[in-house]
Amino acid sequence: MAPRFSCRPAKLLGITPIPELLDKRLVFVTGKGGVGKTTVAVALGMRAAAAGKRTIVCEVSSQENASRIFDHTEVGFHEVEMEENLWSISIDPDESMREYVLLQLKVRAMRDMLFRSRIFNYLAAATPGLKELVTIGKIWELAQLDRKVKKGRKYDLVIVDAPATGHGIGFLQTPRTFAAIARVGPIHSQAQQLNRLIVDHEHTGTAIVALPEEMPVNESAELERELRAEVGVAVDRVYLNGLYPERFTNEEAERLAELAGGEDGAVRAAARAAVSEHGRARSQRAQLARLRRRVETPVKTLPFLFEPELGVESARELSTRLR
Amino acid sequence: MPSVDEILEGKDICICAGSGGVGKTTTSAAIAAGMAARGLKVCVLTIDPAKRLADSLGLRELGNEASRVDPALFAEHGVEMKGELWAMMLDAKATFDELVARQAPDEESRDRVLNNRIYQQISSALAGSQEYMAMEKLFELHTEGRFDLLVLDTPPTRDALDFLDAPRRLTQFIEGRSLRVFMKPTGLAARVAGRGATVALGVLKRIVGFDLLADLAEFFNAFSGMVDGFQARAKRVNSLLADRHTCFLVVCGPQGEPVDEAVYFHRKLVEAKLPFGGVVVNKVHYPAERLRGDGGDLGAALAGKLGGPPFEEIGAAEREDLARRVAENFADYQALAERDARNIERLARELRTKGTIRVPYLDEDVHDLGGLAEIDRYLFASSEEREALAAGRA
Repeated sequence: MAPRFSCRPAKLLGITPIPELLDKRLVFVTGKGGVGKTTVAVALGMRAAAAGKRTIVCEVSSQENASRIFDHTEVGFHEVEMEENLWSISIDPDESMREYVLLQLKVRAMRDMLFRSRIFNYLAAATPGLKELVTIGKIWELAQLDRKVKKGRKYDLVIVDAPATGHGIGFLQTPRTFAAIARVGPIHSQAQQLNRLIVDHEHTGTAIVALPEEMPVNESAELERELRAEVGVAVDRVYLNGLYPERFTNEEAERLAELAGGEDGAVRAAARAAVSEHGRARSQRAQLARLRRRVETPVKTLPFLFEPELGVESARELSTRLR
Repeated sequence: MPSVDEILEGKDICICAGSGGVGKTTTSAAIAAGMAARGLKVCVLTIDPAKRLADSLGLRELGNEASRVDPALFAEHGVEMKGELWAMMLDAKATFDELVARQAPDEESRDRVLNNRIYQQISSALAGSQEYMAMEKLFELHTEGRFDLLVLDTPPTRDALDFLDAPRRLTQFIEGRSLRVFMKPTGLAARVAGRGATVALGVLKRIVGFDLLADLAEFFNAFSGMVDGFQARAKRVNSLLADRHTCFLVVCGPQGEPVDEAVYFHRKLVEAKLPFGGVVVNKVHYPAERLRGDGGDLGAALAGKLGGPPFEEIGAAEREDLARRVAENFADYQALAERDARNIERLARELRTKGTIRVPYLDEDVHDLGGLAEIDRYLFASSEEREALAAGRA
């Protein structure tokens, strides 16, 4: 008698394992500007949350992109619950600095005096890289199982929508730079602690988001190299975002091209659109192959979503496609 | 809306600004190449740390010095270079070093800064130091007067705003000399700084560490002889940005987010009284105008056409399936075209501009000189020509 169930119960139940990247505690999502980092970061968050992980998606440099995805709910410097198991925060450097000082100085009068003093405000504004440092400090704090802030929620996973390519490298290098600037003392040891977290391959990882186009592919390969060699962070995934479907065969496209040349009106326009689409889909496949040749990291693809504006449902759609 | 060459008539600086991934680097390169092809001596510079410009121009390496792009490369793509195209990628550290060397009253002061450990770290490694120096290079090139036009590619919007803010931040940064007074709060200095500052410093030492604070003081102090020079320069940079010969072009994509960013950036430009020149929207899906409203059964029409040559040998079921896929693809494309039209309309309304320069979503990526020549047709065409080109493509 045939078994009642197939021998693949996980598939039968519609469960696919989460990408191993999400088993880490801290994941930076990075890439060139405009490649869909925020959508991918939120999608990763949704996937982890759906698997039962308490997850927070962090934005830096007050871009509020995630709030756009979540139908313009204001996020701000608070841990806001978006869905079950999924929180979001926009890390403001000034607020992070304030919080840092609050954690360092327990005496209220001392803090108030410091916040009012010219020298403190001057240093906070003028010291280059300090904003990035306190931002990473806050990310570190969120990733602690023993949170430093009062009644801090424990997260299983912290996902960071990191700055775009060029600045992303500088951003992740900030702790090391500060550790070198301050040879001894509290800033030195704290910066070192932050850097230890970044280069901890067991707990911290990165995902690079790329587009299937010439320059984004070149930059992603360069970014991978810099992240590994210069920052020392683990690179776990490259997500090639916005891949067009292959709707037509070469043969079909050739025939449609003839139709696109001769006819007029709707049929001609539709045939032209089909030929363009086919050309794009093909050149994207060539870029995908180039990317795979140029990076060491596993490359996974995400489909182009034919939706006017990407919102929460697009992110959810992508979250089910993450491998 | 005029074309790029009309907007840039009589301008000697063109600053391209916008959010990430909207094709700003490509647009900057195409504008520079187009103006050079039309007879000007143009230099395009990027402060973007990513090496995109080099990619666009087919150059292997860009240094802090302008290098000329070989006109033969353009000739290969059928473009006659009447002027000259030069390109430069900003090296923030080298620019900072040059600036210090120029501003230092003597060699000793110069070396004190250049050899300072904190200076060495911040001038090369830390995020954000590029912006401090970008304006400086632009100003320097402009002062030298070697070029008819400078085209500047900036980092994404939020950073581009930092970049506008750079001269002020630079001045503030230099004013750190006051820290020296705080560091040695004795005698006259103590009276100047006041008791509050002394206590604040004590608290600060506790959380930052004395050594680092002393190093910072030394760092800021090293700049002390250069304050006046820096301030004067920052002032001149500011007036250069606001000059009527300077022009800001906002570059964006047709999706909601880049349009929001473009509107935001335009508002900031207006608030800062900086000269806004126009907006370029890249990767636009043009709608097939004539099809609007016909909405008839495209699938049926297609299936009919697909019955004739060159499709006779395909079976009926296959034909129907192909017709369905063609119609589906077209509907997807049209939806994107309608979205783009809506967003561009909103952009024009918010920016109170009659039109926008729209560059279509081309079948091929734009990443080389051939691609630049292709978008040149849209950037430099008159409004009517652009519409005609677009209609031909749709």
